Amino acid sequence: MSSTILEMSDLTLSYTTLGRKLRALRGVSLSVGEGEAVGLVGESGSGKSTVARVALGLTPASVAQIETGCIRIDGRDVTHLSEDAWATLRGHPIAIVFQDPLSFLNPVMRVSRQIAESVKQHTPELAVAPRVRELLERVKLSASCAASYPHELSGGMRQRVLLAIAIACRPKLLIADEPTTALDVTTQAEILALLEELRVGLNMALLLISHDLGLVASACERIYVMYAGRTVEWGPTAKVFGAPAHPYSEGLLHAAQTDRDRDGRFVTIAGDPPDLAHIGVGCAFAPRCSYAMAPCTEGMPEPIALAQSSNHMVRCWRYCQGGSLLLSANGRVDRP
Amino acid sequence: MGRYLLARIAWAVPIVLAILVINFLIIHVVPGDPVQALVGDFPTPPGYVEQVRQEFGLDRPISHQLGLYLWNLAQGNLGFSFANRQPVLGLILDRARLTLLLMLPSLTLAALFGIVLAMAAAPRAGSIYDGAITALSLIGYSMPVFWLGQLFVILFAIKLRWLPAQGMISLRSTPTGWAAVWDVLWHLALPALSVTIYYVAVVARVARASVLDTISQDYVLTARAKGLGRRTVLWRHVLPNSLIPIVTVIGYNFGYALTGAILVETVFAWPGLGNLFITSIGNRDYPVLQGIFLFTAITVVVANVVTDILYGVLDPRVRVSHHAHA
Amino acid sequence: MRRFWPRFTSQRAGLAAAAYVLVLTLVMLGLQVMPGSDPHTITSEVMLPPSAAHPLGTDELGRDVLLGILHGIRVSLTVGFAAALGATLIGVLVGALAGFYGGILDLLCMRVSELFQVVPSFILAAVIVALSGPGLPQVVAVIALLGWPQVARLMRAEVMRIKHLEFVDAVRCLGTRETRILMGEIVPNALAPVLAAGTLIVGHAILLEAGLSFFGLSSADIISWGRMLNSGQRFLFNAWWLSVFPGSAIFLTVLAFNLLGDALGSALNPRSAGMK
Repeated sequence: MSSTILEMSDLTLSYTTLGRKLRALRGVSLSVGEGEAVGLVGESGSGKSTVARVALGLTPASVAQIETGCIRIDGRDVTHLSEDAWATLRGHPIAIVFQDPLSFLNPVMRVSRQIAESVKQHTPELAVAPRVRELLERVKLSASCAASYPHELSGGMRQRVLLAIAIACRPKLLIADEPTTALDVTTQAEILALLEELRVGLNMALLLISHDLGLVASACERIYVMYAGRTVEWGPTAKVFGAPAHPYSEGLLHAAQTDRDRDGRFVTIAGDPPDLAHIGVGCAFAPRCSYAMAPCTEGMPEPIALAQSSNHMVRCWRYCQGGSLLLSANGRVDRP
Repeated sequence: MGRYLLARIAWAVPIVLAILVINFLIIHVVPGDPVQALVGDFPTPPGYVEQVRQEFGLDRPISHQLGLYLWNLAQGNLGFSFANRQPVLGLILDRARLTLLLMLPSLTLAALFGIVLAMAAAPRAGSIYDGAITALSLIGYSMPVFWLGQLFVILFAIKLRWLPAQGMISLRSTPTGWAAVWDVLWHLALPALSVTIYYVAVVARVARASVLDTISQDYVLTARAKGLGRRTVLWRHVLPNSLIPIVTVIGYNFGYALTGAILVETVFAWPGLGNLFITSIGNRDYPVLQGIFLFTAITVVVANVVTDILYGVLDPRVRVSHHAHA
Repeated sequence: MRRFWPRFTSQRAGLAAAAYVLVLTLVMLGLQVMPGSDPHTITSEVMLPPSAAHPLGTDELGRDVLLGILHGIRVSLTVGFAAALGATLIGVLVGALAGFYGGILDLLCMRVSELFQVVPSFILAAVIVALSGPGLPQVVAVIALLGWPQVARLMRAEVMRIKHLEFVDAVRCLGTRETRILMGEIVPNALAPVLAAGTLIVGHAILLEAGLSFFGLSSADIISWGRMLNSGQRFLFNAWWLSVFPGSAIFLTVLAFNLLGDALGSALNPRSAGMK
């Protein structure tokens, strides 16, 4: 396997607002290697976007706090970097595109200037104007868009501008946080194709974050399934799809394959997504799970490699021998 | 943009008309002979009162009088000041220059200070800086501005003897050339400082709210994700977007600053509109008082329209959305 | 409403301001009942700086400044309360009608309040008082007339919000008359933010009155803080105490009403209290 760009191990993060503490990440383990296309799937509120932001140090410092675990970028521990130190890591090696392309572009600045800022920051040796033209070409926008303001462009065009801003940083890894959710179906397919083309052409890795299982499956070699702030299952797309091990993945896949509603989104699993403020020590999915057993409400097992393959992992009591409560390696039982 | 401009001007016309009507009504609602409001309580040459009675049609029905009144105003006839032996309009325009000389630097300084304070405090919401801004604006709102001027005179002019307390030019010597300019600036310092502090209270409060709001916008995240430094993000992305509401509030409160300047002038004997106003009160020179009201009110309306135009310049979305309606 | 008191008392600045206003009111009433020595009395102790006998000094006619300030409370509080009350009453009435019935009335109300936002209110007030002659009733009337649109705007927005709430429909289904719905159900529920705004108007009115008196637009026979500053202006160079103390009285009193208004605002409005 090639060298790892981004690695998170057992990361927990909480937000404190109005004196209340809310755990958004409760144990996220994830790694993305050079040139890889990796997917991260989960319902809204599962903490996907927090994963995207924490990877760039963009969680609001006043309210967000990393409690345990660590983040490594290119092998360097960046868990507790200062804001100024983070600024030198953003864009390169990791860049990001966000979900809603209108609100994420500065409304009073021309598109060309917003791209040029990235260029000047990361490739000061290049002439700015030709580089901006080249980037627009790469994301298949006509040069005439450069002089526009964001509100003058369509949703798909804005998403391309965000992409141009991101790849201007020459990232080794591009994180795409729900990059197609705000777009119509045709444009979604175009942006997805463009992402793949850029990934291969620029030899970047891609971390695609989405609630849409089908989208992630079609674009990624490996996927992570996230539930209530935890990565609960991960492995090669074919294996997770072929034989989902966690009951939540199973339900997600089942829902995706059988029924889609009018908007083309999959029908979700029975029961309500968990309220992050009220999760016990056990598996957050237990209340919705048809396989739930006694230990499920008492704690969370460590990741278990499934028998046949070492790279397909799951965190579920069904795969633990005897189903008895196992403590984490450091003797800690997850608590809210 | 042209259409947007027209819409704003169309907004101003009825407001100006209403101001003229208010001014007309004051003459008639106030107890006593309306002719006195038009002439004042100053000795006038015989026959002049009769002449004004004719000119404004005071023996005609009220609708006719309103028409005559507006017609006179349209010709720039705001009456004659016997105390000053001058037509009111010329008198006011003459003094207004000096008020603007006091006001514009104060307004600019207050805007700059207010914005810088807000930019310094907003990223540290809840900190001491932040509390200081809130306290400053509360104090500014609660203080009679003329009293602030008096305090400055006592402290800086009388106790410390740093700056002159009264007037616009030195009386003992009459400097020329650049020395004269310097002399005026020297006299301008204290009154301008008073108006500035008064107005910073308004600007800082709004600027703080605006900067705080902008900082949490999504596009700021994009700017940070590019790897831009904290300062660049703040000054290049946050400030231009925060400026839109700030400029609006600064412009819409032009009248507030103008009133402040007029009150402060009287403390420092600055020979602008405020001084004219207070001497005219003493002289019962009513046409001048009404003229000053008319002038300031219309100035404020113009300031509002200019603000709207500036708003369109700062925010490209305004320009386009009005094209879209076309 | 039940949680108003704990919310209000949690705001220390607001509580202190309330205590200050209470003390001012008691002093004013006390002087009404037992006038003590006449503040107008002219003595030979002219322009004395603060001392044990005259803690805040004396003025050019030998009158005690402290006594003057205490007697000046009456004008400030009377004008402040009366003008705020007048502005609030007119504003509530106009705002409620405009918000409830809408249409041409609403349009007119909005345009008028827009006009009053533009017009420099101090200058208009000064012109009117100058022409109609000084006197507390005139001053109160003018300030109330200039202040009501602010209240009306607030009231209108609040009434428009409440009239679409479910309970209003429920009352309507019972066959209650429209005017009864407005006066009996909607207005009482819309009053909370208006009360806070009314308190802020008290401070504003006190400032305006002080400005008018400073311009000489008040009767010379009635002691007021603005009037004291007006005479103090002539003696800035030799008697600082004639300006510093009356001005402090205005500043502290207006500050108190502003703090009180802010505290009432957040105590009466659970939404803004939650945000803090």
